Amino acid sequence: MIDPTLVELSRIQFAMTALYHFLFVPLTLGLSFILAIMESAYVITNKQVYKDMVKFWGKLFGINFALGVTTGLTMEFQFGTNWAYYSHYVGDIFGAPLAIEGLMAFFLESTFIGMFFFGWDRLTKVQHLMSTWLVAIGSNFSALWILIANGWMQNPVGSEFNFETMRMEMTSFADLVFNPVAQVKFVHTVSAGYVTGAIFVLAVSSYYLLKKRDIAFARRSFAIAASFGFASVLSVILLGDESGYEIGDVQKTKLAVIEAEWDTAKPPADFTVFGIPNEETMHTDYAIKIPYALGIIATRSLDTPVIGIKDLIAEHEQRIRHGIKANVLLEKLKNGEKTPENIAAFNKVKDDLGYGLLLKRFNNDVSKATEAQIKQAARESLPKVAPVFFSFRIMVASGFLMLLLFALAFWYSNQTKFIEKTWLFKFALYSLPLPWIALESGWIVAEYGRQPWAIGGILPTSLGVSSVNSGDVRNTIIALASFYTGLLIVEMYLMIKFVKQGPSSLHTGNYHFEKLTQGESHV
Amino acid sequence: MFDYETLRMIWWLLIGVLLIGFAVTDGFDMGAGILSLVIGKTDKERRVIINTMAPHWEGNQVWFVTAGGAIFAAWPQVYAVAFSGFYTAMLITLSALFFRPVGFDYRGKIDNPTWRSTWDKLLFVGSVVPPIVFGVAFGNLFLGVPFSFDPLLRAHFEGGFLSLLSPFALLCGVISLLMIVTQGATWLSMKTTDELRAKIVKTGIYTAIVTVILFIVAGFWVAQLNGYVISDIKDLGGASNPLLKSVVLEKGAWLHNYSQYSWMIAMPLIAIVTLLLTAWCLKAGKDGFAFVCSSLATLGIIMTAGCSLFPFIMPSALMPDHSLTIWDATSSYKTLNIMTVVAGFFVPLILLYTAWTYSKMFGRVDNKYVENNSHTLY
Repeated sequence: MIDPTLVELSRIQFAMTALYHFLFVPLTLGLSFILAIMESAYVITNKQVYKDMVKFWGKLFGINFALGVTTGLTMEFQFGTNWAYYSHYVGDIFGAPLAIEGLMAFFLESTFIGMFFFGWDRLTKVQHLMSTWLVAIGSNFSALWILIANGWMQNPVGSEFNFETMRMEMTSFADLVFNPVAQVKFVHTVSAGYVTGAIFVLAVSSYYLLKKRDIAFARRSFAIAASFGFASVLSVILLGDESGYEIGDVQKTKLAVIEAEWDTAKPPADFTVFGIPNEETMHTDYAIKIPYALGIIATRSLDTPVIGIKDLIAEHEQRIRHGIKANVLLEKLKNGEKTPENIAAFNKVKDDLGYGLLLKRFNNDVSKATEAQIKQAARESLPKVAPVFFSFRIMVASGFLMLLLFALAFWYSNQTKFIEKTWLFKFALYSLPLPWIALESGWIVAEYGRQPWAIGGILPTSLGVSSVNSGDVRNTIIALASFYTGLLIVEMYLMIKFVKQGPSSLHTGNYHFEKLTQGESHV
Repeated sequence: MFDYETLRMIWWLLIGVLLIGFAVTDGFDMGAGILSLVIGKTDKERRVIINTMAPHWEGNQVWFVTAGGAIFAAWPQVYAVAFSGFYTAMLITLSALFFRPVGFDYRGKIDNPTWRSTWDKLLFVGSVVPPIVFGVAFGNLFLGVPFSFDPLLRAHFEGGFLSLLSPFALLCGVISLLMIVTQGATWLSMKTTDELRAKIVKTGIYTAIVTVILFIVAGFWVAQLNGYVISDIKDLGGASNPLLKSVVLEKGAWLHNYSQYSWMIAMPLIAIVTLLLTAWCLKAGKDGFAFVCSSLATLGIIMTAGCSLFPFIMPSALMPDHSLTIWDATSSYKTLNIMTVVAGFFVPLILLYTAWTYSKMFGRVDNKYVENNSHTLY
């Protein structure tokens, strides 16, 4: 049996490294586009202030990008180091988008980022602008392929189990790429990245506006961030991946858990705004509900039911029983009894093979699982409700606050008395943490909400781990946590230092602190 | 298009190409990273060295990341067994690599001697650890790695990190390190000037010659090792399941391929000849040729390792029959086909735009350039 401590530690390590990585990547996604927009404005208008904007925001972009790359290295290799059985079991499908990400996107982004920083004097204006756009496009393609890989974990299409090789194999590349869950996820996630970049620029510009320095620079930056951010936040909310929850078994389960929908209600179901989900009684205490809203939002119809948790558990129990049969037949096939009857019988139930594997946590020989173990496996075939329920609400609340901010910022940035709106600048400045709160809680909804599966309905998380010592994993968690935290502190220190200096850090002689010292030296 | 067997050959070559791309490009900036601390004594010298690679290191590192992704896609079981089997070694390497992106980007941002010398040391660690570990890992492939599979194809391991450090593996680690330093020295001979360049050239000549000697020593050593031979395999285009073949051990078998496929002898010969040429070119002041020769030497050394092991990728010391070979550790026919199309399109494209960026940044970096651009450079 697989050591449960090892599973727990491997999950903690993955969650930690992914959450850290996800602090930096969305800002890269958003800022790279904002830089490209600013530089386009420079090339079109030929105004120096836009060039200074590209260089200054680019400096901050670079500080963030370095840690995105650093934490990304771990991500590329830790499927192999810590999730070796997962890598074997699904690498035939999952590896392809990761490799394509490298070939198509990461190479592009990283090659041209060198030109972005060091090519100003070597390239023509248009060549440099092109390099900046290629960085932005590269980082977005990167997100596309990573989310295609992730979308497949949520909704594993285009693949089937091959008993000769004991793994999942690809049956359709097109299904993998055009997986509807991946598509929705991509739009939702990159838009969230754009919002992050926009709030970053908006908040830092507001800081200068509040301090009344480098006004022209800050005002132009604010305006670009406000319009880019407003469009993006609408895209995050309207094209939110709520619509992807009808598709695939795991997504359906996730939806029920997000909404704490214990019983299947008569459609259209009510939306629970708030409440305290209780796992014991399978009931949400103190629930505040909006009639019909959930059914309409989630299913885009009036008569499709949102299946409740209790019904899902019953359904999963059935599938676990089929899964036991699949495992017994697989055992026969492996032992050389490859008769056409066995193969045909296996093919009939092999879609439920993964559900049978859920029993491995309780009994290494799935065929000998007791009735109580089957019941327990079914009960634990979905994640705990509370973490997903609350994370989702935190994400949505942050999202709506940001919508309000961008609507106001967009509205006032075009008005003549803009500069006096200090309340708006304060709102923007204090909103700086919001996108990160939304992003990290969104990650928890998507990935904790996928449990107990690594690959929805196919491979339980607990089976995916490597055969390494839990002691070794404990050590690497400590090592990675200290490295990452140390680097994060350095990153924040530099970020704050350069934000405080503002465009004066470019040493062009045109900005606040330099004018100040020049002025003093004249006296 | 191609049959399964041919695709498996193609992917053996393609992974080789990615590893060579990694060693040639990221190799020169790791070598330069090592030399920046060993040869560069003042902040200015170190800044010159670092700024020769500033516009390129980021793209170079992607060869490493993409090689990882390509191994995942084309050889999933190798990705699984290698990185979990060498768990501690891999995490040490990754941790060392962490220091590079931040080191490069953050070092120049604050003008303070303690800040800069701390990053110098961390950049050195990030440059020196990976080539040693990769060399040691390759050495262990020749000795066999202690893993085996259960019937569900879950890999199990014996032995820990310290058991990887056998004398032969350490020799391979040193060869790899010297190869990378030579590569870095030839890059810097092309990109720096005056006194600094002279010091680097001297080091490069020395490391190139020592690399040749140790490479030849390793060749004689390999002849004494037990090599692996597939004694029975049903179908080279069959299902990717490493439990279906038989393997025997035989002393000196790692050199069998050179009598069976005589063209393979070209690889060690290229390595030896180009390393000697590297030393000569450095002495003669032919910097560009030195870099080309050193890059070819890198190709020769990696291909020598690959050809000697062929068709093995990871031999198993515990259960030789379970060894991973290019015939039974690949992804499915369909996935290999798709990845071939993708790589066939993108690898040339990558080479093209990478070459463009190098041509745009052509030329040497000197003290004056660093002084004049103090706020924008690393």
